[in-house]
Order: sequence, then C-alpha cells, then structure tokens
Amino acid sequence: MKLESKIPEGAIGDKWTKHKFNVKLVNPANKRKYDVIVVGTGLAGASAAASLGELGYNVKAFCFQDSPRRAHSIAAQGGINAAKNYQNDGDSVFRLFYDTVKGGDYRAREANVHRLAEVSVNIIDQCVAQGVPFAREYGGLLANRSFGGAQVSRTFYAKGQTGQQLLLGAYSALSRQIKNGKVEMHNRTEMLDLVMVDGKARGIITRDLITGKIERHSAHAVVLATGGYGNVFFLSTNAMGSNATAAWRAHKKGALMANPCYTQIHPTCIPVSGDHQSKLTLMSESLRNDGRVWVPKDAAKAKGLSAKDAANIPDSERDYYLERRYPAFGNLVPRDVASRNAKMVCDEGRGVGTTGLAVFLDFSDAIKRDGKKVVEAKYGNLFDMYKQITGDNPYEMPMMIYPAVHYTMGGLWVDYNLMTNVDGCYAIGEANFSDHGANRLGASALMQGLADGYFVLPYTIGDYLAKMPYERVSTDHAAFEEAEKAVKDKINTLLNIKGSQTVDDFHKKLGKIMWEYCGMARNEAGLKKAKGMIRELREEFWEDVNVLGSNEELNMSLEKANRVADFLELGELMVDDALNRDESCGGHFREEHQTEEGEAKRNDEKFAYVGAWEFQGVEKDEVLHKEELVFENVKLTQRSYK
Amino acid sequence: MSWFNQTFSSTLGKKLIMSATGLFLILFLIGHVAGNLQIFFAEADNGRLFNEYALFMTTNPAVKVLSYLTYISILGHVFYSIALTQRNKKARPVGYSVENASANSAWTSRNMGVLGTFVLIFLVIHLKSFWYEMHWGGIPVQNYDGQEVKDLYVIVKAAFSQLWYVGLYVFCMILLAFHLSHGFQSAFQTLGLNHKKYTPLIKKVGMAFAIIVPLLFALMPIYVYIQSLG
Amino acid sequence: MSDELFFQFIAKKLITIKKMNLTLKVWRQKNVNDKGGFQTYQVSDISEDMSFLEMFDVLNEDLARKGEDPIHFDHDCREGICGMCSMYINGRPHGPKQKITTCQLHMRSFKDGDTITVEPWRAGAFPVIKDLVVDRSAFDRIIQAGGYVNVNTGGTPDANEIPIPKTVADEAMDAATCIGCGACVAACKNASAMLFVAAKVSQLALLPQGQVERKTRAENMVAQMDAEGFGACTNTGACSAECPKGISLTTIARLNREYFSAKASSENV
Repeated sequence: MKLESKIPEGAIGDKWTKHKFNVKLVNPANKRKYDVIVVGTGLAGASAAASLGELGYNVKAFCFQDSPRRAHSIAAQGGINAAKNYQNDGDSVFRLFYDTVKGGDYRAREANVHRLAEVSVNIIDQCVAQGVPFAREYGGLLANRSFGGAQVSRTFYAKGQTGQQLLLGAYSALSRQIKNGKVEMHNRTEMLDLVMVDGKARGIITRDLITGKIERHSAHAVVLATGGYGNVFFLSTNAMGSNATAAWRAHKKGALMANPCYTQIHPTCIPVSGDHQSKLTLMSESLRNDGRVWVPKDAAKAKGLSAKDAANIPDSERDYYLERRYPAFGNLVPRDVASRNAKMVCDEGRGVGTTGLAVFLDFSDAIKRDGKKVVEAKYGNLFDMYKQITGDNPYEMPMMIYPAVHYTMGGLWVDYNLMTNVDGCYAIGEANFSDHGANRLGASALMQGLADGYFVLPYTIGDYLAKMPYERVSTDHAAFEEAEKAVKDKINTLLNIKGSQTVDDFHKKLGKIMWEYCGMARNEAGLKKAKGMIRELREEFWEDVNVLGSNEELNMSLEKANRVADFLELGELMVDDALNRDESCGGHFREEHQTEEGEAKRNDEKFAYVGAWEFQGVEKDEVLHKEELVFENVKLTQRSYK
Repeated sequence: MSWFNQTFSSTLGKKLIMSATGLFLILFLIGHVAGNLQIFFAEADNGRLFNEYALFMTTNPAVKVLSYLTYISILGHVFYSIALTQRNKKARPVGYSVENASANSAWTSRNMGVLGTFVLIFLVIHLKSFWYEMHWGGIPVQNYDGQEVKDLYVIVKAAFSQLWYVGLYVFCMILLAFHLSHGFQSAFQTLGLNHKKYTPLIKKVGMAFAIIVPLLFALMPIYVYIQSLG
Repeated sequence: MSDELFFQFIAKKLITIKKMNLTLKVWRQKNVNDKGGFQTYQVSDISEDMSFLEMFDVLNEDLARKGEDPIHFDHDCREGICGMCSMYINGRPHGPKQKITTCQLHMRSFKDGDTITVEPWRAGAFPVIKDLVVDRSAFDRIIQAGGYVNVNTGGTPDANEIPIPKTVADEAMDAATCIGCGACVAACKNASAMLFVAAKVSQLALLPQGQVERKTRAENMVAQMDAEGFGACTNTGACSAECPKGISLTTIARLNREYFSAKASSENV
C-alpha cells in the first residue's frame, strides 16, 4: 500500500489557499442530496457537524454522552493558541507553525501544521462571533497569555475553562443546526462498526445505550471525531467514557493507525492516592508560570514527606530541578521534558508523599512576591479544586503533582484532506494523528479540533462528495447486514463468557502494563515483555470476563466491556509501534536513546516518518507502512530548552 | 393579541402578575396601617375622627377606585398563586424521600403558599368583622354635627375586647410578617430589579417593612384590648 | 532512613488514614416504566481520599462480583466540568458541600457510620432512565430554541473589532460557566429551570454579539422552558445556592427583564 499524503504543490504558505481553489465544489442545491455521519461531538465533531449542516449537507451526529455539550473537550483548562499577534510580540503564522513543528519534535507533517497555524486566526474570530466570553483587557480588547513553553503570548483563554467555553460555542452552533433540521442528533448512542460498501465507508452500526437497540445508519461519508485513546492506561486525565472503539473498529475495517505510541504525559496532575483511583485530575499547566517545582536534595528527607511538612525543608536543601537544569525556560519547559524530569527525580528516590510518586509545586514565592490576592485572582479556582480533592490548602503549603497520561498524538492516519486511507472515512481532532507530531504543545489541542471542524473538513469533504453519486445505500444492503451481525455476535459473546473477573479488573491490569512499560519511558526489553503480557491478558479477558445484564437495557458493564476489548488490542499495537520506533522523540522516550543530559535523542535519518499500521487480524502482527516526512521549511535540530 | 396571552400564560408572566399585585397590596398596607393608626387616639374623642375616616374611606370616589383595585389585586394574587402552585406541584410528580432544603433556602421563601393561605383566611375573618359590617351590617349610628355616621369604633372595641380574637390577629400578623419578608424583595426580583447598588437596600427596606407594618397592625388589637380591661 | 524503617513509616501512615464504614440507601429503578424503590447497601473500608463516585465504583465492583446489577449513574469527566454527574445526596443536589459537583465531593465530607441517601434528580421534565440516571434532553431543546448566535462558520469580523468592557466580559463569563448539570432544577422546590435559562440568556444579552437576536432569544427560550414542564421561579434562591458554578440570582432578574421587555417590544405578535 502506498500512502498518499496528497500534500498540494507549492510554497508552504500557498498550499492551503491553492488547495481550497483546486478542490471540487458541490453545488449548493445538491448539498442536500448528500448525507454525512459525524461521530463524536467534541470541539472537532460539533464544529464539523454544525459547519456541514450550515453548508446544506444532511448530517447525522452521534455522541455516547447524554448531550453533545459533555464531550471531554470541555475539560481543557488553559487556552487556545492563535497567531493573531495582538500583543505585538513578534508572533506570526510562520512562528506558530515553526513552534508547533519543533514542539512536536519534528514528527509532524509540515503542510498540515502550516494550515493549522493559518486558520488559527479564523477560529478566534469565529468563537468571538458566537459569544464565547474570552478574557479581555480593561480597554476591551482580547487578553493573551504565554503558555506551555511558548515565548510569545498567543494563548486566548476564558478563565480556566477555555475548553468549556469553546465547546459550548460549538455546541450552540450545533444546536442551531439541530433546530434547523440539518443535523439529526443521536445522544447516548455509540458507534460499534464502520460499514464498507464497494471499498468505501458508507455507514455505521450503532448501539442505543438506553435500549440496547443495534441500528444501521447509511451516508455518503463518515467523519470520526472520537477523541484520543488515553484511557488505554486506565488512569488518565480523560473522561471515564473516552474510548477508542469507533476509531479502532474503523482501523479493523482498513483505516491505518498512525504513530500510536505517541502519548502525552501531562506534568501537572494530582498524584494517585490509592487503588480506588478512577481517574487523574489535571491541574492547569498555567500553574507553572508562578509555581516552582522542587524535591528535597536528599532522598532520605523526601521519603513520605507530606506537603504540610514541606516548609521544614530549608531552601538550601531543596532542588528546584527544572530551574537548575533548564535556566532559560525554568519551570516552563515543554510537557514531555517536565514529565520526564519528575519521573527521573522520583526514580532517584527523591519523590515526596506517601507513595514517593509526587513532586512539589510551590507557590510560596509567588505569594510573597505578588500577594495572596494576585495569586488568587490567577489561580483561585485551581487552588480550590486542589483543596477539594486532596484536603491540602495550596496557599499554605505546596501542591503535590505527578505526571499523568493526558493526550494521544497518534491516531488514525489521514491525508492532507483529513481522509483516512479508507475512501469516505475522515478523522478529525485528537482522533487523527496529523498535526502534533510526537508531542503536542499546550493550548494546541483546542486549536486543532476547531481548525479541523470549522475550517478544514468542510472544504475537503466537498472534494470527495462532489465525485460521489447521489444514490444512497440502503441499510438493507448486505454489508450493513453483515456488520450488524458481527456487532451483535460480539455483544453476545461478551455477555455469555460469564467469567469471574469484572471488566474493570482487566482494564486496571492493562493500564498497569501500559504505564509500566509503555509510559513515560520505554525500553526494548520492557516493551517485548509488555507485548506478551497484553496478549495473555487479552486471552484471559475473552475467557474470564464477567459482563452482567443483557443487551436490551442501559448496561454500563457491557459498554465498558466493548471498549476494554478494543483497548486490549490497541494496547498491543502501541507497544509494537514503540518497539519499532527505535529512537526517542517528544512523548516517546526510549531509554536506549538519550543524550548525556537525559534528553530525548531523535534519529532523523531512520525515523523521520509516520508509522502507519495496517490491521491483519487480531492475533497477527500488523503491517507497518511509512510516510516519509519531508522538512523544507523547518530545520531539524536537537530540541533544547537549556 | 396572542403575544399578550402568551406573555401572561407563561410562568414568567404569571409571576409578573404575582409581583405587581403583591406590590400593590404592599402599597395598600401602607395606606391601611397609616389610617388605622387613629385607633391609638380614638378613645379621646370617643371614636369620632376614626368613624369619620371610616366614612370617608367607604364613600370617597377616588378611594373607591383604589379599593376595587385592591379587591382585584387580592383575587389576582390568590388566583395566580393557585395556578402557579398547581403547575409547580406537577413539575415534580415524584418527590424526594430525604430533603434538606434549609441548607439552601429560607423557610419563608419555600412556604409562601402556606403563609398566604393563612393570611387569606385571616382576611376573610377580618373582612367579615369590619368591612362587611361597615357596608351591610347593622351598625349603631352616631350623629356628628347633624351627619349620621356609622360607629365602627364601637364594633372595633367589641371585637378586640375578646382575647381569642386579639390572639388570632397577632398570630396572623406574624404570618403576614413572614409572608412579606420574602414577598417584598421577591417582587422586585421578579420584575427584574436586581442590581448590586440597590438590591441590598431593597432587602433592608423589605425586612423593615415586613416587621414594622404587621407590628403596628398587631399593636392595634392589643392596645384596644388593654384599654377594654381598664 | 533504611528501607525497613521506611516501610514501617508507610504502614503507620496507612493506619492513620481514616477508613469508614457507611450505609447507603440508593434509589434503584430498572427503567423509565418501573416504579423503583430504595435499596440498602453496606460499604466498608472507604478511604477519605476517595471521591463520592469512586466510593460508588467500589460498591459497583462488589455488586458485580456478586453477580448483581451495578448501580447506574451518570458521570464522565470526573473533574467537575462536564455536568454529567447528578446525584441527590442526603437531601441536596451534589451532596453536602456547595459549589462542587458530585464527582468533586470527597468522602472526607462524611463520617464513619453515616447513612447516606442517594436519589436521582426529581423533575417531571427529567424522567428517570435507570437508577440514578435521568434524561436531561429538555436542556438541549431549550438551547436549541435560541441559546446561540445565528452566525455561520466563516465570514466573521476580526475578534478585536468590537471591544467589550472587561467587566461585561467577566460578567458574561460568570453566566456562561453553567455546566448544564440540572442541580438548579433538582434543588428548586418547583423544579424550575430558570437559573439554567437565565445563565444562557444573560451571557448572550450581555455581549454585543448577542444583541441582534436578544429579544427573540428570550421569548423562545422561555417558551421552550415552559413547554418542557418545568415549574415557575419563586425566588427561593436554592438553585443558586446549590449551583456547582455559583451562578448568581441576578441572572434570573436579568432573564425576567429581558423577557418582559422583549414581550412588550419585539416584532413577534
């Protein structure tokens, strides 16, 4: 199989403009003859469904939550990047492009990233027009802050709830189309398979989560906006329901999965407190603007050290390790660097708290310098949230933080048009692999989700549809029949195993394997071991899982089982990919490949490619396809934040 | 006029009526309490001024208009409160088994219907005792400078010399106080008048009103009763 | 510290972490047509660091191991922003603490030996789907009735074209922070959705972008709210007191203003 990225010819700055002119258009009167399915209603899905509905297509949108407004985009706190240069500090489309490619450790496709930077400015305009209440200066103009290692202030924000406000903006646009009858919304409905007719994606099979009814939906194109797969780790900052099922089942129908090993570990999360832990809570990265990260110099003093007793460690015995190692960036180094350093000091035995898996994030200097009021104005809600969860008051003692799985840069392989290698099947937002390379910069996820949904897909999907006949495929078609049967069989199999372990038991075990061997740092031996363990666990799952209840009801246990079954397959592929990528880059850190200072060491000669995997059957190894990455505008250098 | 019907059949429209009639009744209370203060000085001239005031209040055309507005307000306030209460009951067909409402709201605000019902019952008794008697009852007549004036003061004294009757009044005035303590500021909120500059003042004035007016009303029967003992 | 000492230290720490035994009275209802009723469960060894929902996870794992149907409840982000969790705990939506959601409620807010009653949101407009799961699609329909600005994607003016005073933007943000959880409805003795509607109407009435459709929006959203069967507002203030985001009653006053002035002056007859 040859991967065609379909990157347009021409200078980087002209590609998108030219491409928009070159794509085929669907006559406005004919748009109503096309049906498009959008799965997922986060930033990418909601914005795409709304925009496609506005253009005149018939859209069917699906979400597993009780309302599109609940998609996990809502939890993004910090902000959204845009190359507006409102602050006159030297930002530009090219700089945002450059920073994103560099931040992604040179594993992203230049053309896609440049397009992302170009449309970033439109996103802000769009959101403001929708009534998104971004933070403003006293003069009434939009406020910006510097975020996640950027040296310009290009991040727009709405308190600590930027994701929420952007999602509610997209949700309101979607609601408007639902009202107009252009979008048919299916809440509490989960996609369980992709239906292929004559080699093209022509529909999906869904399960109504309340009644259990398995339904068929036909369309001319299917858009997957189903988010990332961070929940493969069981503990992550993702929502409990976030899953990879839609994407994975598309993968099993032929869509390639690209760079699955690229996972982002967020450095500032609240540490695990016990076995009961169901998810990890992220504390906004913006905290690192004023908080200082430290552990005791002496391992003996670190053990079991609580936040209450932190004040007993004099400054001279504290190791502000980020400031020490990266004087230029200090506490504001990119996420992967901050996370790895936290792991490193904990591995040295200098981690604090009862588990030894935590570092301090200390605001006492900021409070001394600016006063409690200023700190409260900036971070009040985050401090309250922290206190609520841990019982500790961060105004009086340092926070404890530890890295947690946060975002997955990998995803379904897509070309420049955001179409997977399966004709008519698109992937947008976190569900695709395209824009962040091996590491995503802070405040870029929201940007990408909305860029794809508002400003990219609505153009590129027309190019495909314009070439499609109007005829609809009947849901009585044999392909639907077959797909539905497969889905039902799988459900029945799950319900009839009646083993002795719960779904969560397996999910937790998988999570432990993934975190241990395919987490912040990976090595060959560990990955090989993990592969075997996952296979065994998967086998055990299909023999011993206990799924209660029946299909014909609201059944959480069955929902989870379906999802975990897919995680058990995806996990193995992540390990395969991590094994194959015998270099360190961004969020993928292979211990064998590091500089003397412990930084990720890329191997551009051998690995400057996108690793896209083709499914061969569950117990078979997948086949790797490579898309070589060509860098014409950005010089590949060793990332350094010294 | 469908927009008009729409407006006043909406929950907000009905609340608007509750608010407007409530505020009008508050104004009425001011007039009523001010006039009735004469009770405290009535014994001096054996109720002459009081009786002349009563005559004025029942015959003056302008006052008549106001009194009809008051009747309409009372009926409107009662009618719409019943309509809203029914709707509100229907909005929660299955209730909670454990409720801890005192944690999030004041008792009075949740029991306006109960308080209002008692106030209404009081009103019926009150109207029967005085308003009905004044209009249609067989009331003794006084001759003031050749004018025949109904001697309402005698009726008042007779009524308030009964301890149970005084007790009922005082009790009902306490309920009225509670009703007003929420109703006064609530009426402004329903009209949309909530502003950080003025709302604290409205709340204070409302609370003062809810205490002072019913207190004055309650003092009247007590005063007359004590007088009757002497 | 030697390893042994360290382990002793940890062991001591673990003992000092309080563990609780609790009695749970939970509403169980098979589906929308079932009558439903309370069931009592005992949970033990509950750590005070657990969230309320994690305590339910523990109970559900126990039930699953015994082959009993787990208790269904809505939840997703577990960090207080998606608005999906919805439990009425000991007589209050989202439990005994203010300004948080159920997923942010931690067990340190309870004592060993407590009996905790958990019920679903109760409102005619929020029918129970199963156990503690209710259908809140009425909220979606209210937003669909007008909770948006009618702009298509693209062709919008530059974001800085219209300056908005910071105070206005902040006030709009305070209203926009609504997570649509429905605690306001659950708390209100009339099951009124006024705070939810008021929050959206306020946000858009405050911002210049919302001016064009300001009147129609207020009219249509209120009409939909009434059609869904929510009760009327009697200004008890319970909604705002229980709102996880602390949305103010001033938004309700604004909604009243917006609605009356719209009704009096809009072109819709």
